[in-house]
Amino acid sequence: MIELVSAARCVTCDKCVAVCPTNVFDRGADGVPVISRQQDCQTCFQCEANCPTDALFVAPHTHPLPAESSAHDEEHLRRTGLLGSYRRDIGWGHGRTPGAARAVGPALSPSGPPLIS
Amino acid sequence: MTLELDADVLVVGGGPAATWAAFKAAEDGASVVLADKGYCGTSGATASGGTGVWYVPPEPEAREKAMASREALGGYLADRRWMARVLDETYDRINELAEVARYPFPVGPDGEPLRNGLQGPEYMRRQRIRVRRAGVSIVDHSPVTELLTADDGAVAGAAGYQRQADRAFRVRAGAVVLATGGCAFLSKALGCNVNTGDGALFAAEVGAELSGMEFSNAYGIAPEHTSVTKTAFYNYATFYRADGSVLDGAGSQRGRSVIARTLLASEKVFCKLDRADEAAREAMRRAQPNFFLTFDRLGVDPFTQPFAVTLLAEGTVRGTGGIRIVDDGCATTVPGLYAAGDAATRELICGGFTGGGSHNAAWAMSSGSWSGRAAARFARALGPSARERRVRAAGGAGLRPTGTTSSVSAAEVVAAVQAEVLPYDKNYLRHGDVLRTALGQLDGTWSAVRSGLRAEGTDVVRARQAAAMVAHARWMYTSALARSESRGMAKRLDFPDLDPAQHFRITSGGLDEVWARPQEVTA
Ligand SMILES: Cc1cc2nc3c(=O)[nH]c(=O)nc-3n(C[C@H](O)[C@H](O)[C@H](O)COP(=O)(O)OP(=O)(O)OC[C@H]3O[C@@H](n4cnc5c(N)ncnc54)[C@H](O)[C@@H]3O)c2cc1C
Ligand code: SF4
Ligand code: SF4
Repeated sequence: MIELVSAARCVTCDKCVAVCPTNVFDRGADGVPVISRQQDCQTCFQCEANCPTDALFVAPHTHPLPAESSAHDEEHLRRTGLLGSYRRDIGWGHGRTPGAARAVGPALSPSGPPLIS
Repeated sequence: MTLELDADVLVVGGGPAATWAAFKAAEDGASVVLADKGYCGTSGATASGGTGVWYVPPEPEAREKAMASREALGGYLADRRWMARVLDETYDRINELAEVARYPFPVGPDGEPLRNGLQGPEYMRRQRIRVRRAGVSIVDHSPVTELLTADDGAVAGAAGYQRQADRAFRVRAGAVVLATGGCAFLSKALGCNVNTGDGALFAAEVGAELSGMEFSNAYGIAPEHTSVTKTAFYNYATFYRADGSVLDGAGSQRGRSVIARTLLASEKVFCKLDRADEAAREAMRRAQPNFFLTFDRLGVDPFTQPFAVTLLAEGTVRGTGGIRIVDDGCATTVPGLYAAGDAATRELICGGFTGGGSHNAAWAMSSGSWSGRAAARFARALGPSARERRVRAAGGAGLRPTGTTSSVSAAEVVAAVQAEVLPYDKNYLRHGDVLRTALGQLDGTWSAVRSGLRAEGTDVVRARQAAAMVAHARWMYTSALARSESRGMAKRLDFPDLDPAQHFRITSGGLDEVWARPQEVTA
């Protein structure tokens, strides 16, 4: 589930508010999005993929994590390279090559083509 | 204030089926509105999951092999003519993506372009751009909640509620394409919580029929307490018991039921992708970055460290049942109403089984394209007076309760449905006695919804989702009981064998009275 919105990184572009398929965010008074309906989060990572400043973190768990979880520790997430890792891996963002262009996986059967998705 | 729009064609949904429908209708000269519950480009199963695609070059031998490969699995209910059409259409659409839309397909080790799959976020982001450039008006965060019909019963538009703008909206249209995806019962399988079977409910309310609803018990593997139900790489898995011994017979393709049985016995099932060699491991990361997100964030190396797994319901997303279509343009039995993608039955190309594998994506782009073109033609034939038609709102359960008091909440209804459709011992490992009891419960829930589920404003959306899920579950189990044999994914513990005498499809429908009946398999 969505666990972190970094007010320090956010440039208040409203992108996450727009793209979240299940309408989890509201725009806060200061322009920084607020997680208003976390229970509706479907853990799809779309907000993170679309945030231009890597201000969001989606934990893989489908239940909310306790306050002391490292999913809320921005510095830890940055240091471990997890913050923004999805956007990096799919090659979104300025100067990056779309991951789709190099998505050559293994072939599941000897005669089959490599998996590319 | 209600937002009023009009169009030749209204497309309901925002995934691959919807975007292809909107694009092809616009290309055909129609004015098009596309209304998505979430956001067209990120919403739906494909946008988050990504898909392998049934892309087979038009070489007779390869095509023959592709068609033959799934016939037995699907219980011989697929149709060769439809398979051939979908293979042709998919081949063309994928090449259109490569050559016109410039989707960045990768190049294989031998320099060959590879076109057998699509990365979800990349594909759907581009679909959104393409659809907008074609002149389609996209309205996001605008779940449709009911259809509108004209005096002659033809579908003439739809109404819904804009969640973010907090206002009702209505679109009058010459024809409507339902591309709302399947129904995964809010199981939190990847990208699927927008897929609550809404389109099937709308369709049934105007008298359309469903088909293949017994083929509705797909379950995807995911690490425990997580969402990513990408399953291809479990081909490299060994499954273990808690004590480290190998779980005999467990597997991803054959043997998922062994996992279900073990989980039902309150035992955990563990997994390691220990059959992938070094080269495969590296390549896997490139092919499916979303698959590895979960592991990286759990701090687990899936190749060397065991992790607990679960099975999440994917209902008709990776099942095959859906709205029955009656012609090559994906028309339903109701004039002016078309269905595409997971919202429509996929039996024509898969019979009673899909699960993993690229037929779903091929079906979404093919049925989407056909329905968009056919809807545009239908609207054109009606002429401009179509927009002057008097319309009537067709929605019932959750919108216009028959009772006067509010006696049940959407959340209670969702919990009641989930209790009947998520458990493996009810929906996955099916037995007639269990199905009958579950259906009795669901009928009771439907009555409660019909008389006492009411909602206002944006809550209408949740009420309608809940109603759609109950309706879906009742068609599923009524159809499953009508098939006293095991065929495709509709396996019955009490009838474990295929019965050649039941080589038919099962059509279903109805709301207060649900029905199911055999339908001859014809081309
Ligand atoms: C994890 C995963 C992996 C998969 N992998 C593969 C694969 O490798 N190959 C393959 O062929 N298939 C695969 N599938 C299946 C495939 O994703 C679906 O068949 C495909 O997405 C269907 O497309 P669709 O457009 O019909 O539905 P979706 O992509 O689910 O889109 C449905 C759309 O309808 C919208 N909607 C729903 N209700 C309403 C409403 N009331 N009003 C307005 N809009 C509404 C939703 O917001 C969404 O935009 C996979 C599925 C999952 C879950
Ligand atoms: S997408 Fe990122 S930068 Fe934009 S509003 Fe959301 S958190 Fe802030
Ligand atoms: S992970 Fe998906 S559902 Fe959750 S907040 Fe982000 S976009 Fe919304």
